[in-house]
Amino acid sequence: MLWLIPALPLAAVLLNLLVGGRLGRKGVGWLACGAVGLAFLVALRAVLRLAALPEAQRTVTDTVYTWMRVGDFSADVSFLLDPLSAVMALVVTGVGFLIHVYSTGYMAHDASYRRFFLYLNLFMFAMLTLVMADNFLLMFVGWEGVGLCSYLLIGFWYTRPSAAEAGKKAFIVNRIGDVGFILGMLILFAWGGSLNYARLFAVAPHVFAVGSTVITTATLLLFLGATGKSAQLPLYTWLPDAMEGPTPVSALIHAATMVTAGVYMVARTHVLFQLAPVSLQTVAWIGAATAVFAASIGLAQNDIKRVLAYSTVSQLGYMFMACGVGAFTAGIFHLMTHAFFKALLFLGAGSVIHALSDEQDLRRMGGLAPRLPWTHATMLVATLAIAGIPPFAGFFSKDEILSSAFASGNTAVWILGLAGVVMTAFYMFRLYILAFRGQPRLSHEAEHHLHESPPSMIVPLAVLAALSVLGGLVGPPMQEGGHAFARWLAPVFAGGEHAAAAHHAVPMAVEWGLIALSVVVALAGIGLAFRVYLQDPGAATRLRERLSGLHRTLLHKYWVDELYDATAVRFVHGTARSFWRFWDTKVVDGAVNGVGYVFEGFSAVLRLFQTGFVGTYALFFTLGVAALFLHLLRH
Amino acid sequence: MTPVPAPQLIALDWWALGAVIALSAGAMLLLLLEFVPAKPGSSRAAVLSLLTLAISAAAVFVARDARRSIFDGMFVHDGFTVFFTLLFCAIGAVSVLLSWDYVRRTGIHHAEYYVLLLCATLGMIVMAASNDLITIFVGLELMSLGLYVLVGFRRAHLESNEAALKYFLLGAFASGFLLYGIALLYGATGTTSLTRMAAFLSESPLRGNPMFVAGGLLLLTGFAFKVAAVPFHMWTPDAYDGAPTSVTAFMSAGAKAAGFAALLRVGLTALGGMPAEWGPILSAIAILTMTVGNVTALLQTNLKRMLAYSSIAHAGYILVALVAGGRDGASAALFYLAVYSFMNLGAFGIVTMLGRGREERVLVSDLAGLGFRQPLVGLAMTVFMISLGGIPPTAGFMGKVYVFKVALGAGLVPLVIIGVLNSVVSVFYYLRVTVALYMQEPQGEPTEVSWAAPAVVALLVTLALTLWWGIQAHDLLLEAQRSVMGLL
Repeated sequence: MLWLIPALPLAAVLLNLLVGGRLGRKGVGWLACGAVGLAFLVALRAVLRLAALPEAQRTVTDTVYTWMRVGDFSADVSFLLDPLSAVMALVVTGVGFLIHVYSTGYMAHDASYRRFFLYLNLFMFAMLTLVMADNFLLMFVGWEGVGLCSYLLIGFWYTRPSAAEAGKKAFIVNRIGDVGFILGMLILFAWGGSLNYARLFAVAPHVFAVGSTVITTATLLLFLGATGKSAQLPLYTWLPDAMEGPTPVSALIHAATMVTAGVYMVARTHVLFQLAPVSLQTVAWIGAATAVFAASIGLAQNDIKRVLAYSTVSQLGYMFMACGVGAFTAGIFHLMTHAFFKALLFLGAGSVIHALSDEQDLRRMGGLAPRLPWTHATMLVATLAIAGIPPFAGFFSKDEILSSAFASGNTAVWILGLAGVVMTAFYMFRLYILAFRGQPRLSHEAEHHLHESPPSMIVPLAVLAALSVLGGLVGPPMQEGGHAFARWLAPVFAGGEHAAAAHHAVPMAVEWGLIALSVVVALAGIGLAFRVYLQDPGAATRLRERLSGLHRTLLHKYWVDELYDATAVRFVHGTARSFWRFWDTKVVDGAVNGVGYVFEGFSAVLRLFQTGFVGTYALFFTLGVAALFLHLLRH
Repeated sequence: MTPVPAPQLIALDWWALGAVIALSAGAMLLLLLEFVPAKPGSSRAAVLSLLTLAISAAAVFVARDARRSIFDGMFVHDGFTVFFTLLFCAIGAVSVLLSWDYVRRTGIHHAEYYVLLLCATLGMIVMAASNDLITIFVGLELMSLGLYVLVGFRRAHLESNEAALKYFLLGAFASGFLLYGIALLYGATGTTSLTRMAAFLSESPLRGNPMFVAGGLLLLTGFAFKVAAVPFHMWTPDAYDGAPTSVTAFMSAGAKAAGFAALLRVGLTALGGMPAEWGPILSAIAILTMTVGNVTALLQTNLKRMLAYSSIAHAGYILVALVAGGRDGASAALFYLAVYSFMNLGAFGIVTMLGRGREERVLVSDLAGLGFRQPLVGLAMTVFMISLGGIPPTAGFMGKVYVFKVALGAGLVPLVIIGVLNSVVSVFYYLRVTVALYMQEPQGEPTEVSWAAPAVVALLVTLALTLWWGIQAHDLLLEAQRSVMGLL
């Protein structure tokens, strides 16, 4: 019955296509939410049954049919439920359901309501295919599917040129990563002989020597795919622009689910990555660098959604950092808690934007706390969670990542992570203070329309807030034999977590020290934010003036976009244009048209034979027979 | 003195003949029922025809694993028979669904229409199931006579009469060649039974006998006429164009499949694989058929005529599989025939739904902008066109893949190159339909679409199969391979 989980949203897509026009807005909303809600329930039931099995048998596959069979290659449409995909399926359907419900309120006044839910459900189908596939090929189908939906939803308001541009950018940048994914997949098939996870992972240790060039190349190529999908250096530039899409889309696709696909993929293929220490090191370093780099850009942004976008890039960096140091459990743990609080942050931001009649600039907000009590309270919870303050969810997962990094001996990576923590705490509280505290700086019009959001938006916020508080409790530190979440994932990562083993070798006192340190660092960031943006109104301006060079650099995002434009984009454009002007219009079109004319000429001649007279036809018939006999006589 | 053999009728296996019996009974029942006046506008005939076809298909399906040779080996029930009986029943059923509303709109709603359709289907089944040249000829005539009348069924229309007359005259002409061929083969081998002919040939050095070779060639000519291979194809555009469109759909799929079925059985059973001297001849016919069909289709503006030429071209692709020969070639041909039947039925099915009022001519330009006004029709037509053009992910693509694959395996590289080039040419006129559907502004009055539930069902079925076999071709290929197993 596993196939039912992705099939339900797909069924909703088809129904929406066929009869959506007659359902009306309410019907469309119910259909979309119902399908995803049902998928969540089916997934929940499947996971509960999985949990009832003995630990060693917690892998269920459901082969729907054999998609293709060519020679000794075969690809199945087959779904896999093991502890890892169980976590992913529950997060995707659970958070997805909440965001669907939220969207019925958020998009209530949009003209293209039906199209929105069509894309959103299609996305759910693709995402569930991605996380539940039992082979690389089907995963790639989902991988490309979510990319397509992301493109469609970023450019949802396609009449806005910036949205259309952002959609294109996301798609093209992702394609660069996808090339890596495909090449990686081909290498694995060429050497491993299968694209099925179980079969490939079983033979991998025998086929690939540890640290061999083949496996290093393959995993690095896969990781290139991950950097595209999960917005890591150097392919992160599309994600901030993706904020042109509707806010629920940012929450669902560009924070909670799709962008974590890269992390999931690395975790899923941990068997391969562990055979390639160089690749793992690369993952750790790229992750750590992205975490700090993106956080620093987030310090200076003024658009509420852009701050969150850079924060997402940074948090994804933490997840890769965890995978890179071998702590896959910690990476998936953070993936889950991040899905809760980041979805909440985006939805809260959406609620603010909705309340302020589409105002997104933090400089024209302020003092919203009493006017939007629910939004404020839930946003505060999420902000504390992402900053890493106990006992909120983010604290547990982030702390586990940092202590794993420390324990694995990657001290430099750990220091970068710690630097990220202080920046995260600072920019998140900067956002919180600029939006909710201090004096209102609203425009007159926004002030006039200011209202708390409808229940359909508030209820998902409240549920996510609860998850952001409680979600971390499945993984408290310093448990004998690992915490509950780690024990759940143990069958997947069994034997692989050498770093985790080292982790427990760290003495208790050191671990307490690490925890205290990361909390203190986070508190310092928060304190600084309060000091600069709330208590001393002039401080922000003074700081900006004192560090004007740095501020400009951060505000312009290190001019990376400009750099890409000046080099890659312009080069490709130029080459493409010259190809078009000369090669395409002259050579190709000329050849095609020329051939076309020739054949049309033939065609005109052949038509002449079709006289319409039976006598002619019989004549040709007889001539044909005569020709056959002549041919025989000659031999 | 040998004793007179006891009549075989008692030992007759009724299930093996079930399909044939059901169709004959259904056709006669329909005729008899005409004495009981039906309410005007009643769908009695159509419903009964569907029922008959369903029973017939069910009968053969129940006995699908049985192997029988009855009537002294004239009629065989084997995998090949089962495959084609099911295919013909399906083609017949889709055609009935397409005709349902169409015959009313065009004022040819008579029970006889359906009777003839059932008879023609029966003829096709007999052609595929016969293991004797005489019964093959009987089946062929049964099918052809039904089709001659059906083509001219719109008695009030001059072009329909003209089409029927041309088809009949040339059909009679071709039957003459076919019969002459049978006579020569009988003269050379002393039998009309395919099995005995094969036994005779295996023991005698007669393969080079001029009488035998000439007989084989004349037989080939007769079948080439039925499948519309060049240069025996000249009747096709005129007959297809003049016939009621539902009949065009039926004959373009059914008659072609029946012709190939008989040719395959004769070739593989009696002649022990396609005779070597046929190779160059079949190749030449295949090349001519593909090229003339596709190139002539390029300039057609009338949708029906364009599809007529396209169906000629498709016969060429199937001939490529026959040239490759052997079990693989035969199974690729079967696969292609099944796939071709449904995508072609679908394409003609849409033409039956279009029709400007009661006027028949549908130009490609009449489709302008239709894709947006009628999304289902647009989508279905697009799928059929890209499938006919052989573009994935459709069944037509898989059909070409298998055909060209066996041809490559048999070392027919030049033939494959010509085939692929022909596919490229064909894409031009197929995609012109899609371009009209989505990229051109309608001129003047928009084309009407006559919606009727049966036609929509037919459309959805053909659409689903065209897509399904494009994604999941393997099962059908396995069936085709199993079906030809008994022939060699």
